[in-house]
Amino acid sequence: MKTITTAAVLAVLVSGASWAEGIAPSKVSFDDGLVSASLTGVPGDPVNGRDVFKNRKLGNCLACHVNADMPEESFHGEVGPEMTGVADRWEEAELRGIVANSKMMFEGTIMPAFYIEEGYARPLEDFAGQSILTAQQVEDVVAYLMTLKED
Amino acid sequence: MTRTRMLLSAACAALLATGAQADENANMVIDGTEMKIRADAPAHMENVDEIMSGWVFRSVETQALQLDDFDNPAFVFVDQAIDLWDKVDGSEGKACSSCHEDVEDFAGLRTKLPRVDDGQLVSMENLVNECRTERMGAEPWKWSGGQMTAMTALIGLQSRGMPVDVAIDGDAAPFWEKGKELYYTRVGQLDMSCSNCHEDNYGVMIRADHLSQGQINGFPTYRLKNAKLNSTHGRFKGCMKNIRAEPFKEGGDEFKALELYLASRGSGLAVETPSVRN
Ligand code: HEC
Ligand code: HEC
Repeated sequence: MKTITTAAVLAVLVSGASWAEGIAPSKVSFDDGLVSASLTGVPGDPVNGRDVFKNRKLGNCLACHVNADMPEESFHGEVGPEMTGVADRWEEAELRGIVANSKMMFEGTIMPAFYIEEGYARPLEDFAGQSILTAQQVEDVVAYLMTLKED
Repeated sequence: MTRTRMLLSAACAALLATGAQADENANMVIDGTEMKIRADAPAHMENVDEIMSGWVFRSVETQALQLDDFDNPAFVFVDQAIDLWDKVDGSEGKACSSCHEDVEDFAGLRTKLPRVDDGQLVSMENLVNECRTERMGAEPWKWSGGQMTAMTALIGLQSRGMPVDVAIDGDAAPFWEKGKELYYTRVGQLDMSCSNCHEDNYGVMIRADHLSQGQINGFPTYRLKNAKLNSTHGRFKGCMKNIRAEPFKEGGDEFKALELYLASRGSGLAVETPSVRN
């Protein structure tokens, strides 16, 4: 029994690891700004997504969005809309599209595209050819956004 | 400790960390002179009606530091430049003061720079280094090094209170156009332009920073963040790195063109050199 469980866990881990790479940024298919399919097949982890949201080196979403769910953070930016009740306003596929490449939904927006690896000019060498977030981090932050309901 | 005192000290700690919110209506008076920190936008600016100094957006505490030259930490460096002014350097055995009687003679110069000389766009740093290499036989100073920023602060100070008034037509036009293009071009992994932050969003918070219009009338500027004078091009470089863009070269054609364009967006504002920012 114990061995079976271990094996099962291992199998999940292995498949998780290969999935975690996710679909390549250039292969993500947008439909009117929406991305219906998960980028990794692994359900997003809202706890990690919360960290991606506030971490300055990851999403740093808090730089632009007030988020009432994070009263412990002193500084909330005001460049974009408040995140309160964002899951009441948008479906999961819409949120995935907005995070992966907001320009598909909001033309000319200041919001960065978090899952593209080309199409931007003069990147610093360390970031060239890379997306800001990994596929799984996108899934995690989307899962977190889905928890932001007003009622 | 009583509850009120605890609350109070918590409030004080928060205040120290962030500074009290900016007083956006404050006026700037230095040495009894009222400085023009708000002006009608010049005609070439299509999307902004009123231009404002970056000082307007700073906390009350940071604002206060600039109001009195004894409190303004930039003056430590201005004093260093006064010494450099008389210091002989290079193969010709000359100091700045060998050729320029009084640094006050440079009143007005800051308002006109960068400008076109013989077909080249030149910033104050170029003029200083031209004296060093051509007339003193000395090594050029680094664009954003301590000696250069001190000297450009001292020379800029002679124009303090005078309105920015750069030429953007004639010879200057192609450089100005180039600067304008750079201002509106998105760069970096975050894919943003200067205008995204400093034209579309001034007045709002971007995390802990209160976004200003990105004016350059106060440069070089003393920043509390690094406790030294910062050049205009050094600031451009910092903003580009923040959006994960490969910065252009300090003193290079792109940053000089951008400097001219930004100076023109501040036409009519008083020169504030040396300003204090966080
Ligand atoms: C530099 C600013 C900036 C950053 C950083 C940023 N956003 Fe945005 N965001 C915006 C703006 C501005 C809008 C509004 C769309 C528009 O009109 O441009 C927006 C819209 C949104 C919306 C739609 C909200 C609504 O109610 O309509 C969501 C969801 C969102 N952002 C999530 C995120 C997440 C998650 C991150 C980080 C992974 C993030 N944003 C990072 C600026 C930003
Ligand atoms: C992501 C937002 C962002 C972008 C894009 C950006 N900046 Fe900034 N910039 C800031 C912040 C934040 C500050 C500090 C607060 C302030 O003065 O606005 C600043 C400050 C400045 C200042 C100093 C203003 C003063 O009063 O001392 C200048 C000049 C400046 N930026 C120029 C530029 C230029 C030129 C570009 C484009 C190459 C640019 N910025 C792009 C965020 C940005």
